Amino acid sequence: MIGNGARVRVDDRFHAGHHRVPGYLKGREGMVMTCLGHFPNPEARAYFRSGEPELALYQVRFRQADLWEDYAGGAADTLDADIYEHWLQPLEDGR
Amino acid sequence: MSTAQPHRHPQAADDPSSDYEPLERAIRELLIEKGILNAAAIQRRIEVMDSLTPANGARLVARAWTDPDFKARLMADAAGVLAEEGYELEHSPTVRVVENTSHVHNIIVCTLCSCYPRMVLGLPPAWYKKKAYRARVVREPRAVLAEFGTELPEDMEVRVHDSTADIRYIVLPCRPEDTDDMDEDALAALVTRDALIGTAPARAPRDR
Repeated sequence: MIGNGARVRVDDRFHAGHHRVPGYLKGREGMVMTCLGHFPNPEARAYFRSGEPELALYQVRFRQADLWEDYAGGAADTLDADIYEHWLQPLEDGR
Repeated sequence: MSTAQPHRHPQAADDPSSDYEPLERAIRELLIEKGILNAAAIQRRIEVMDSLTPANGARLVARAWTDPDFKARLMADAAGVLAEEGYELEHSPTVRVVENTSHVHNIIVCTLCSCYPRMVLGLPPAWYKKKAYRARVVREPRAVLAEFGTELPEDMEVRVHDSTADIRYIVLPCRPEDTDDMDEDALAALVTRDALIGTAPARAPRDR
């Protein structure tokens, strides 16, 4: 389990088939806000497999300024995405 | 001659009536033929979907504005509240409500497809499914909001929710000013579909 407030990086990897993580978040760092529960792996279900065992799903918050170099909005603006545990790498240093 | 060519709209990829229509028909007919579904069951689902409208969300918001206990339960366990209210959530993703405040404005999108809280609000508006909205609202939300007529102060946090997984989001907008004497029905009339998605605030009460 990844705790609330933990810093994480979204894995920047490729595999064949369905990726249930938006491309613009790959390689980006954010903060886990909460665990939303456990759900079957949609990347397996996409190919008629059960998706078991279920994966933890986390609400992860990103700073918009960290996502887009030319972000034109306010400094406080954020983006939340729901990301399964196998895409998240906890960052040791906590920054 | 080229005049015999069917007209191809430039947005054809976003048009559900294009190549998907024969595909849908083929799958539907196969499911019926194999006895997995029948036409009456499909018709019933269509009727249920057609009966769901943004007015459902507006009623929830109006009640949350007037009943603090209801609001607390809605924020803590929206799916539980919706089930109590008679919504069919059994085969649905779960639902969360996110609250606008004086310093946070929430807005909903699904960049991977077009996930939407259909089990409460019914079908999404066409623009919600367009690639333009989905691509732009995550990287220039304030420009998109401005096109909806929504200008927010620079120091307010705009929080985009990309509903990429098993959760569907509904925005609880701020209660407009000068509405203290309004009852739930009158308040619900201020809550538009766009306010529930977050592209606009709730409407101000009519000049009285």
